[in-house]
Amino acid sequence: MKKEAPAKKVICNMPRLHDGWMLAFAPWCPGCHIGIINRLLCEVMEELDIQDRAIGTMGLGCSAALTPSIDTDRVWTPHGRELVVASAVKRFVPQSVVYSTVGDGALLAIGAAHFLNTAARGEKITVIFVNNGGYGRTGGQVAPTTLAGMKSTTTPYGRDPQVTGFPLHGAEIAAAIKGVAYSVRVTVHTPANYRQTKRAIKTAFQKQMDGIGFSIVEILSACPTNWQLSPVDSLEFIDKWMIPEFPLGEFKNVDSIDYSFDPELTKLGMVIRERPAG
Amino acid sequence: MAQTETVLISGMEAVGWGGIYAGCQAYFGYPITPQSEIPEFMSREMPKLGRLFLQTEDEIAAVGMVYGAAMTGARAMTSTSCPGFSLMQEFISFMASFECPGVIVNVVRGGPGTGGISAAQTDYLQATKGGGHGGYRCIVLAPASAQECFDLTQLAFYLSDKYRVVTIVLSEAAVGQSLEPVELRTLDFGPLPEKDWNVRGRFQREGKKQTLPASRMWASYVGFHQEQLQKYQRIKDIETRYRTYQVEDAQILLVAYGYVARMAQEAVSMARAQGLRLGLLRPITLWPFPGGAIKEAALRIGKVLVVEDSSGQMVEDVESAVQGQVPVHLLGCWGRNVPTPGGIIYPEGILEEVKSLS
Repeated sequence: MKKEAPAKKVICNMPRLHDGWMLAFAPWCPGCHIGIINRLLCEVMEELDIQDRAIGTMGLGCSAALTPSIDTDRVWTPHGRELVVASAVKRFVPQSVVYSTVGDGALLAIGAAHFLNTAARGEKITVIFVNNGGYGRTGGQVAPTTLAGMKSTTTPYGRDPQVTGFPLHGAEIAAAIKGVAYSVRVTVHTPANYRQTKRAIKTAFQKQMDGIGFSIVEILSACPTNWQLSPVDSLEFIDKWMIPEFPLGEFKNVDSIDYSFDPELTKLGMVIRERPAG
Repeated sequence: MAQTETVLISGMEAVGWGGIYAGCQAYFGYPITPQSEIPEFMSREMPKLGRLFLQTEDEIAAVGMVYGAAMTGARAMTSTSCPGFSLMQEFISFMASFECPGVIVNVVRGGPGTGGISAAQTDYLQATKGGGHGGYRCIVLAPASAQECFDLTQLAFYLSDKYRVVTIVLSEAAVGQSLEPVELRTLDFGPLPEKDWNVRGRFQREGKKQTLPASRMWASYVGFHQEQLQKYQRIKDIETRYRTYQVEDAQILLVAYGYVARMAQEAVSMARAQGLRLGLLRPITLWPFPGGAIKEAALRIGKVLVVEDSSGQMVEDVESAVQGQVPVHLLGCWGRNVPTPGGIIYPEGILEEVKSLS
């Protein structure tokens, strides 16, 4: 007997508000990929046996909700300041494995200055960056990663690059910064990509644990609610529209970073002299 | 840091030494006039002690790292001036919601906006009434000398850890830039509660989950605010600090803090030499505000002149304290010797104002 396709496509919606906890910490819409990323993170932490020394920092939004759904120590931060707090935590608990789960806004809009400078300092932290091309938790507004032309609740006529600019590319930006040990863009929309993403997350944590430098995994993630597509059509959207704008691949993978400098330069520059005693 | 020595240093170096003597493990900051001497000093001294100095990308990151370091149990501080202090409000509000300690020094330069770069007292309301969103308080300490910059910075760390409240040292360029002899020694304020709320990973707690109230406010919004109110009341009861000078027989009570209090103290001496009996009450904690002491003195003396280098901010708290029972006059920034950002309130200006009142 042949199955008939449903007459109406399934369009997803945000989880219903039960109370504050649900809105802030639970979960994601049907068809969202963050739940998959959640599982991958947990698997990697288990395999690396780092649950007891992992500390997550999280802000707000769908991607921030990854951290409280993982059973490790965590610090809550203002939106966009995840990497700032992660840097300080890591410096004071060097044996810990610090991870930040961030979305489009936290990494590339409100937290962009922190992203660049945290990476430049080569902070030994791991950033899990979920790129779903829009702001989810606040209701589908334009993000730095929204594709040119795409509609959102604050670009109702489509994102015009002359007005709201072009999409920003987190993984490529990170790769251009010297303090970065590992920068990769992956997806979880096919089984093969799923396995690749797991390896990428593991590598990113490993770079941190080896003390090499900053590591970031950018994961393209379906947002059926904002895209107004069914979960299945969202997979196609990733192939057809997201990957051409945000190509997959390793943009940087180094086993050491040269932190040395020419001693000649330490003789130059202004210093404030110590006040003479007495 | 057991030995005692007396050195001639600026108020800002004294702030730095205060942090160092208090065991501050990390200083984070971003340069801004007129407090860049603090990060410069800390960048020189902290590495010598194996402690962390880090110049961050902005003031938001500076206070954010204070928060991050404090959450791991470390003592950390930052310093800034008005525009930078505004940028920090987001995290200060955040720290209030998590009851996270931290010390922030604001060397006030005047405003609004970019303002000037010399002495001013324009951030009183921002510091004492919360500053950020949400309704919370920070303890605010106002040094009037280099010695107090040193002592109160140490006290700030103690109070901040004791009550888990962000503590602000509110100074300005006059006290900050003046060189004065300072006796350096560690102040012992007593025992502190254990930081059992630390976030350092489970391996450091024998695998136990963190006890930090990840979000108590979500569980009970009203309960959280009621708890905070009770804590604030304890702080008001125990930690209110002020000094009085010759108020016993005074005919007019001056109320002033910070550098202006130094000028007012001089005005008291000058007035008394001319037979005019002035007295001064100088709040050291701006929050909690010594309203009770001011009310008591004001009712007895019958006339109050508030002197502050702003358009009138602390005067609101004085008015609130005396509840309309005594006239409260204000000498604000118009009492400066010159009407420019470089002006300053001198004792002569205060004396002149007093004479016009009596």
